[in-house]
Amino acid sequence: MGLLSKKDAKLITDPLADNNPITIQVLGICSALAITADLKASIVMSIAVLFVLGLGNVVISLMRNIIPSKIRIIVQLIVVATLVIIVDLVLKAFAYELSKTLSVFVGLIITNCIIMGRFEAFALANGPWKSFLDGIGNSLGYGVILIIVGFFRELLGSGTLLGIKVLGDSIEKTGVYAYGYENNGFMLLAPMALITLGIIIWVQRARNTSLIED
Amino acid sequence: MGLKEKLHNIKGKGKDKKWLSAFSAFHTFVYTPNETTHSGSHIRGADDLKRLMTNVLIPLIPILIFAMFNVGFQQNIAINGYQEGMTFFSGEFWNFDNFLIGAIKLVPLLAVSYIVGLGIEVLFATINNHEVEEGYFVSGMLVPLIIPIDTPLWMLAVAVAFGVVIGKEVFGGTGMNILNPALTIRAFLFFAYPTWMSGDKVWVTGAVERTKEITAGANLDAISGETILGSLAQGKEFAYSTWDMFFGFIPGSIGETSTFLILLGGLYLIFTKVGSWRIMLSAVIGALVMGLIFNGVVDAGLITESNKFYTLMNTVYWHHLLLGGLAFAIVFMATDPVTASQTNKGKWIYGFLIGFISIMIRVFNPAYPEGAMLAILLMNVFAPTIDHYIVRANVNKRQKRLKTKTL
Repeated sequence: MGLLSKKDAKLITDPLADNNPITIQVLGICSALAITADLKASIVMSIAVLFVLGLGNVVISLMRNIIPSKIRIIVQLIVVATLVIIVDLVLKAFAYELSKTLSVFVGLIITNCIIMGRFEAFALANGPWKSFLDGIGNSLGYGVILIIVGFFRELLGSGTLLGIKVLGDSIEKTGVYAYGYENNGFMLLAPMALITLGIIIWVQRARNTSLIED
Repeated sequence: MGLKEKLHNIKGKGKDKKWLSAFSAFHTFVYTPNETTHSGSHIRGADDLKRLMTNVLIPLIPILIFAMFNVGFQQNIAINGYQEGMTFFSGEFWNFDNFLIGAIKLVPLLAVSYIVGLGIEVLFATINNHEVEEGYFVSGMLVPLIIPIDTPLWMLAVAVAFGVVIGKEVFGGTGMNILNPALTIRAFLFFAYPTWMSGDKVWVTGAVERTKEITAGANLDAISGETILGSLAQGKEFAYSTWDMFFGFIPGSIGETSTFLILLGGLYLIFTKVGSWRIMLSAVIGALVMGLIFNGVVDAGLITESNKFYTLMNTVYWHHLLLGGLAFAIVFMATDPVTASQTNKGKWIYGFLIGFISIMIRVFNPAYPEGAMLAILLMNVFAPTIDHYIVRANVNKRQKRLKTKTL
């Protein structure tokens, strides 16, 4: 890659797989369980986190030398809260139905441990450009898992993808439903999100055994 | 050279080969293996895992055969109506037509359960290079007995795959699971496909099919396939006598109806020391206590007849033992040695709470009036905690004794 140095590119690619915030660091599980019942919500949530974490990392990084360490958590919270309110208002203005589905969980991005974690672990110790890349990388890693979980939960739970009936109509019995297939209601419940996540973690560690911790 | 020696030879050559675990599973199934224990001083009991599992299967066989008759009998009643003289000893029940209707429905369920379950066990054993364990022989038999008769085969296959992989193999296979595999499979079906696992149609074969035909315009009478608990939950009366409930001429999950045969099975398990009598007895006590409490609430006039829980609460306390899946669950599920409490005191607590919570869920769960499955899964999770405190209490007691001695 010409645009980024090798070290910088690693900041983006690492969190996608071998240092994924959800499957390796096991952060941000709460929202991964709550909003992944359909794919659209997962995607929007990923974009919201991308915006908040990318920008927040830059802001914190710029201020890192003037924040007194005693009150740094409060400062970080104010930065996240400001960004989250922007996201929330934008959603309410332009995608009202969706913002109702996501409901309280947009607001809860504030408490998403990935964001505070990256502020603490990275932005406070690195320059704005690197922090930006780190923010993008981690939120992409978060988004990838969310979208995978959302994909399977919506496909198997409702038989749709992004609201499109890819498996046929379950009421009028077209497509696969004509052969007796039925939606798996369990996929829409939170336990199945956790189990789907567990299976992703399982597959990942089976493919790369160096990730298994004792 | 006979087949037996040939198999022994093949096994000797197959060391370090991938297929060895699958092969030796077949081998030990056919013949007693010629291996001896390699190290340490040891006394080997005759009651190994294989014999243990066989001992659980034996009492299930009469239940399975009875179930085949009952499936046909229930359909017969649902279509033609109940007639006088249809009792346990009558030819109306024990006839070949009934048996055939049941067998046609039940044999595929059994086959799917075993093929999918054992297939996954063999697959995991091959990947992990360990012996195929006998654990699924019992689960595979239990699963078809605790589901409604009309459960589609593909649903059962999905549920078995889920239950064996997530409920058992991820924890390390037979003996390592925290939840009862058969109940994990049933719980999956229950949450994934609730319309096939509850309601007033699924318990008698053909009722769902009939409803579809009627909505399609066929001129037929609807068949009701409601369980007794289902009617009670809606405050309706039912026409079955106590003896019907005891011998099992009632609709319900396939193998759970005959309290009589389950009782015999339970005695067999106690006699062969496979199942714990402490768990069975304390679960029965727990259920009776909860039933008595509910009866007491009704007698004290604390709830009125218009209350939606009234009919179930007002059920005579010992009738609860004859209804639903409670008896089957207590005898064959709660006593699973892997997931139950290990300590003797723990078993009393574990069993008591299973009975107690089962009846509580049964009465207060409006959509699904049965609680044995959920109660046992819940107590499976708590079993290690119960054991922990029992063991700690014992340690503390002995330490105190030691202190007073040394003082």
